[in-house]
Amino acid sequence: MTDTVLFQAFVYLCAAVVCVPVAKRLGLGAVLGYLVAGVLVGPNVLGAIGGEGKHVMHFAEFGVVLMLFVVGLELQPSLLWRLRRSILGLGGLQVAATAAVIAGAALALGVPWRAAIAIGLIMAMSSTAIVLSTLAERGQLKTSGGQAAFAVLLFQDIAVIPILAVFPLLGVAEVTAGAEAGRPAWMTALLVIGAVAGVVAAGRFVVRPAFQFLATVRLRESFIAAALLIVVAIALLMEQVGLSPALGTFVAGVVLAESEYRHELEADIEPFKGLLLGLFFISVGAQIDFPLIARDPGTIAGIVVGAMALKLLVLWAAGRLFGLDRPARWLLAFALAQVGEFAFVLIKFGTDSKIFDGAVAAPLVAAVAISMMLTPLVFVALERWVLPAVTVDTSDARPQDAVAHDDAAVVLAGHGRFGQIVARLLRSAGFRCTVLDLDPEIVDVVRRLGSKVYYGDASRIDLLHAAGCARAKLFVVAIDDAEQATAIVKTVREHFPGLPIFARARDRIHYYELRKLGVAVARRELFGSAVELATEALRALGLRGHTAHRMARRWRSHEEHALEEMAAMWARDEARTNLFARLRQALEEAERIMRDEDPRVAAGADPGWDNEAARSSRRPDEAPVEPPPP
Amino acid sequence: MARRVLILFAHPILERSRVNRRLLDGARDLAGVTIHDLYEEYPTFAVEPAREQALLAAHDVVVLQHPFYWYSAPALLKEWLDLVLQLGWAYGPGGTALRGKLMLNAITTGGSAEAYQPDGKNRFTLRELLTPFDQTAHLCGMTYLAPFVVHGALRLDDDGDVGPHVRAYRALLTALRDDTLDLAGAARAPTLRVEAGGRP
Repeated sequence: MTDTVLFQAFVYLCAAVVCVPVAKRLGLGAVLGYLVAGVLVGPNVLGAIGGEGKHVMHFAEFGVVLMLFVVGLELQPSLLWRLRRSILGLGGLQVAATAAVIAGAALALGVPWRAAIAIGLIMAMSSTAIVLSTLAERGQLKTSGGQAAFAVLLFQDIAVIPILAVFPLLGVAEVTAGAEAGRPAWMTALLVIGAVAGVVAAGRFVVRPAFQFLATVRLRESFIAAALLIVVAIALLMEQVGLSPALGTFVAGVVLAESEYRHELEADIEPFKGLLLGLFFISVGAQIDFPLIARDPGTIAGIVVGAMALKLLVLWAAGRLFGLDRPARWLLAFALAQVGEFAFVLIKFGTDSKIFDGAVAAPLVAAVAISMMLTPLVFVALERWVLPAVTVDTSDARPQDAVAHDDAAVVLAGHGRFGQIVARLLRSAGFRCTVLDLDPEIVDVVRRLGSKVYYGDASRIDLLHAAGCARAKLFVVAIDDAEQATAIVKTVREHFPGLPIFARARDRIHYYELRKLGVAVARRELFGSAVELATEALRALGLRGHTAHRMARRWRSHEEHALEEMAAMWARDEARTNLFARLRQALEEAERIMRDEDPRVAAGADPGWDNEAARSSRRPDEAPVEPPPP
Repeated sequence: MARRVLILFAHPILERSRVNRRLLDGARDLAGVTIHDLYEEYPTFAVEPAREQALLAAHDVVVLQHPFYWYSAPALLKEWLDLVLQLGWAYGPGGTALRGKLMLNAITTGGSAEAYQPDGKNRFTLRELLTPFDQTAHLCGMTYLAPFVVHGALRLDDDGDVGPHVRAYRALLTALRDDTLDLAGAARAPTLRVEAGGRP
């Protein structure tokens, strides 16, 4: 029974469902959850999956391919062009320098020079799968550090091809590199160029009309199938010409990044990508050969720590050379310190080429897997200790007298169109906001403006602590997603009960909900500007400026009172019908109030100014009633 | 030399005005007279001092036209005085920007002329009740003239009732502009009335 596909699916899904939420809850990230799940179900602990782990891994590598397609979809060609310096320069430097340093270390330890070079090249690779998904999960992909990491990974993906070509030259045995066998070099080059050009052309001229047609059919399944078909077809084509499938689908993604179906494609591929990547990480976990590690823990530990430390140093120095600022440099160095999945492929190929034998390969495989497993922990260390330290440094450098008030007086979740205005007004008045945002581009901008800013989901407790919620006077929720805003409010209320919350409400219902949750002040996001526009419209329709303003002010105050009253009804869980009745009543009241307020209509609501009232209360033979007006 | 006249007009509810509106309309076509409608310009009370000071600097006569609410001006005109007449600009050391200009109030009252007498309902004369404006002008080095007054504004209903007052107001503004007014006399008078001929 253990051989059936269904049983295996059961095991993998079980492991994922149990381990991933636990890891997430502990703030360790989904990747570590999958890896631990792999260890648990692997041959060394539960033994639920056995030797087929490698086959599963081969299949699961398709998750990496899908991921690069999605990454490509999010990258406009213009952005890629801007990154060209990082990709070629930083990426090239990292691969060459890391390979050289690690090869040197291996030589010093007595490894023959051919094997040393091969090991250097293998260890230079980082894990595209782990790093990109972790950076995306933490919202750091588009920061300067994240971009640099992405550029280096992209170069590594490309570099695998020439490395595969070089390995046979290092080896003693004659092996052939995949499909390139028997073709002259110029033909290979021509095929590669032709394939990439074909992908670009197809993206432009075939995929679009095809999707247009599919969109008219309105069948969601066919859309999903088409999206998968694109990726599979490109992967196949790339394998045929000897290019990395991941690279090919990445190019296709970039080509389609500007099409109107971009979001549709992304949404369709996303679940497959997630599941297959999860599978990939589980199989990495399952492959760790614990008996081998147990036999020689010192060597393995030495390889892991040595390789990661050397990689980290080289990355840090390269980042410095390329002018990355301190947080970005540290992010790059920590993110790419592990050895990646391409190493498995290269190690196997190295063994096949007889560059080294199995006795060398086995500890290498274990070390690579362990270094991948350590990556989520490295990220946690980076976020908890390293980034705060390097960020605090820069804020200390700011002149003290420029800031009149406590830095952490206000924590602001969301720095979009709404939060930005809040932050700017508060900042103008001398109150600095600590900003939390999920959009890396926004985060970059805010950081450049000199504000303290944290990436990530504001409902994460560790992030709230890091942002200084314990000392803050006010918490402002300004994000656009209503459900997320509610979730953040709940978390903050639960963990910082004394911290007043000011929140942006999407609409009436959201307003009621926020008030019910104990938000001190809520404002509907479009209400204020709509009232202002309507006020100007009244002026354009011939009302006096002050009259329009006064009427709008009166209307607004009535509207806000009624809203508050209805929020109280909502909080008492009163029936919807009561609410609707109250709403109708409020609308009628508003009309009546406005009639009273309108100076063009007789008998006003501002008796202080009202000549009519003064006239009618005066008897004809009497002296005029005095003020107003006297 | 012709004087430039600035009417600072303050009426929060002009839609219901019967006298002030007609007075203002009557002044609209006078050359050399600028009308500055404060409640229209600053509906939110956010008076811009620099803009107002430039306007004052470009004129020689300042007419504060408003209904005589609670023996004073509507709130926005007070806000205007508070914000625009700044130390070092309008008064105090270096505050000479307004020196030599003329200032007066043009007001409408509900009460009759008799009500504004020591033995009348309002117990004080208009000149007495207007002393804060008088002293404001004085502190700024301006000559304060007697007020132009339309009494019993609530009883004036139509163009026929208001017409004579509109003509008198136009005549006063013209006289101020053309410098045909006896300023010493105008400063002492209880109220200001200029007949259509231009003689006080």
